[in-house]
Amino acid sequence: MRITLEARPEPSRAAMLLTPLLAAIATLVVGFVIFEAFGKDPVAALHAFFVQPVATRYGVGELLLKAGPLMLIATGLAIGYRANVWNIGAEGQLTLGAIAGGGLALAAGDAVPATLLLPAMIVAGALSGMAWAAIAAWLRTRFGANEILTSLMLVYVANFLLSWLVHGPWRDPEGYNFPQSKLFADAALLPSLLSGTRLNAGFLVALAAVATAWVFVRRSVWGFEMRVAGLAPAAAAYAGISSKRNVWLGMLAGGACAGIAGVNEAAGPIGQLLPSMSPGYGFAAIIVAFVGRLHPLGIAFASLLMSLLYLGGESAQVNLALPSAVTGLFQGTLLFFLLAADVLVNYRLRVQRGLPAAP
Amino acid sequence: MSGTPRRMTLAAMTACALAFALPAAAQPKEPLKIGFVYVSPIGDAGWTHQHDIARLAMEKNLAGKVTTRYVENVPEGADAERVIRDLAQSGCKLIFTTSFGYMNPTLKVAREFPGVDFEHATGYKTAKNVGTYNARFYEGRYLAGIVAGRMTRTNVAGYVAAFPIPEVVMGINAFTRGMRSVNPKAVVKVVWVNSWFDPGRESEAANTLVAQGADVLTHHTDSTAVVQAAEAKHVWAVAYHSDMSKYGPDAQITAVTHVWDKYYTRVAQSVLDGTWKPDHVWGGIKDGMIRMGPFGKMVPQDVRDLEKKAEAEIAAGKLNPFTGPMKDNQGKLRLSAGQTITDEALSKMDYYVEGVEGTLPSSK
Repeated sequence: MRITLEARPEPSRAAMLLTPLLAAIATLVVGFVIFEAFGKDPVAALHAFFVQPVATRYGVGELLLKAGPLMLIATGLAIGYRANVWNIGAEGQLTLGAIAGGGLALAAGDAVPATLLLPAMIVAGALSGMAWAAIAAWLRTRFGANEILTSLMLVYVANFLLSWLVHGPWRDPEGYNFPQSKLFADAALLPSLLSGTRLNAGFLVALAAVATAWVFVRRSVWGFEMRVAGLAPAAAAYAGISSKRNVWLGMLAGGACAGIAGVNEAAGPIGQLLPSMSPGYGFAAIIVAFVGRLHPLGIAFASLLMSLLYLGGESAQVNLALPSAVTGLFQGTLLFFLLAADVLVNYRLRVQRGLPAAP
Repeated sequence: MSGTPRRMTLAAMTACALAFALPAAAQPKEPLKIGFVYVSPIGDAGWTHQHDIARLAMEKNLAGKVTTRYVENVPEGADAERVIRDLAQSGCKLIFTTSFGYMNPTLKVAREFPGVDFEHATGYKTAKNVGTYNARFYEGRYLAGIVAGRMTRTNVAGYVAAFPIPEVVMGINAFTRGMRSVNPKAVVKVVWVNSWFDPGRESEAANTLVAQGADVLTHHTDSTAVVQAAEAKHVWAVAYHSDMSKYGPDAQITAVTHVWDKYYTRVAQSVLDGTWKPDHVWGGIKDGMIRMGPFGKMVPQDVRDLEKKAEAEIAAGKLNPFTGPMKDNQGKLRLSAGQTITDEALSKMDYYVEGVEGTLPSSK
């Protein structure tokens, strides 16, 4: 007996809806085994993972706070990914955004009102994220350098740049030489959206980005051309669609979104510049983009799921004393099944009995 | 008729008083919940591992009186605040936040939970309910330097360091001064890896240092990579945080280990007794916060004796690793003869002392 994968002539609608369910069931089964193996009550563990984190208003605020940057970055990345433009360096673009926005906040101090300062910080963050992504875009369009490598390498350069700034010129003079900037003035902090939580106006920016991306992908000519280029590169080239423009659009969209996410982190929950501004949102957003099937709405849901997984992991540690390696294993299991099950959207399983017939 | 409502009010008030009084009276019997926030996974060795050993020791010392919970691998940044708040909300009355980057998040959460006591490791900001604690690891570094100074044949030691912050710089300087106190020809070469935990880069850095002539390696990073590299290259190693002799049985000459056991037990006891106060603790050899060794079997007795003698002097307050005359490696006199360094100057240290090669990154 042989099991083969056979390409479907077109993606299956039914599979599209059913695979997440399949993944959820598979995750639950594996989760039961994992938790049981560690001597924890699986039901309590699942409760700690998926219910407890959002059982309070504060918890919901945290869920959205963490989903915000993931949603924003994944939305930007997906625009490029649809056209086969592989920006892997969102983490670096985020860092540059935080540097630009944070630098502005540090320079302004108390002198500039929030109504002026915050928009300026967001614009500065978007522009510098784009500038960082533009390096990889230029190297690709001018020299044919692979953007996967260049954008990834630029992450390390960005980290060193931030590290140099907070160890050197931007170090808090009152801070005992520890690598941190001063705390931002109130005018440079994003206003709260929900009292009693840390959720801030940055989340609205993320939602606006999702809406804009949806309009761009679905309703604009450039968005259409990028989708065509992703689905059928040869046909797109034949139709005269500029692949260079797609590279630029894809990279810049990702860079702008990641840059804004950097500003949101600096001006939101952190409130200063630290040697590292993100716990890997730029990389996690790549997973979010694919779990969300590169669709703006899917990404919105995927970022909420990813955020819940992070919070659930902590909650399971606090409440059940599960080691972080186990929570990480469970998180990885869920993401793996979600992505793996997606194979069934484009392929069907074919079971062949006996020897295949002679050709 | 007029009496009834008043009586009802009275009854209601009594009921209220009882309802609130009862749990309060029952409280002392309930164990004290204590939370820990760790910056890395607990693992087999390293910074977090030592904190966790101390957590378990405290649980044992105060069995029945405390329960603990921890969250490991919590990044310094936006997430830390949530984890600390979660622990406070889950009923912890004492929370240890064990990394420098948790300072501002700890203070933020502490403002919202005035009934919870916080202990933040290695920071400099305190509040009504936030104390800080740290150890004078440089004392151990100096002692390790004495052993290294006597064991080296090339007179070159290699130091794999994480970030150029005062904590790390004072360790490099103390180690160098320890070496040169017994071997004036000794020099120390430093490689910065810009990470607290990166076994790959740490071991690369270690190999680079060996190639540059170092025959004693030490590290201010979290993994066991440097000790393992020393074992593979047949050079000596001084382990940091934990005893790593099982990773380098023929390499480890001694170790500077962190011991928080007594401190955690004492703090928890003071919270139980209701005598806890925010403090700025900076303990050393004499407080038992640092333990040396074990010595490797290759270390001769006279070297052991030399180290033990200096250790006793430090514990007695007779020896300070930073006593003048002390020059920095640019030749500038930092301490004149007989002068000892102030805590203020130590906690801002941003220069290399004489004997360290190179310049400190980003010092102006």
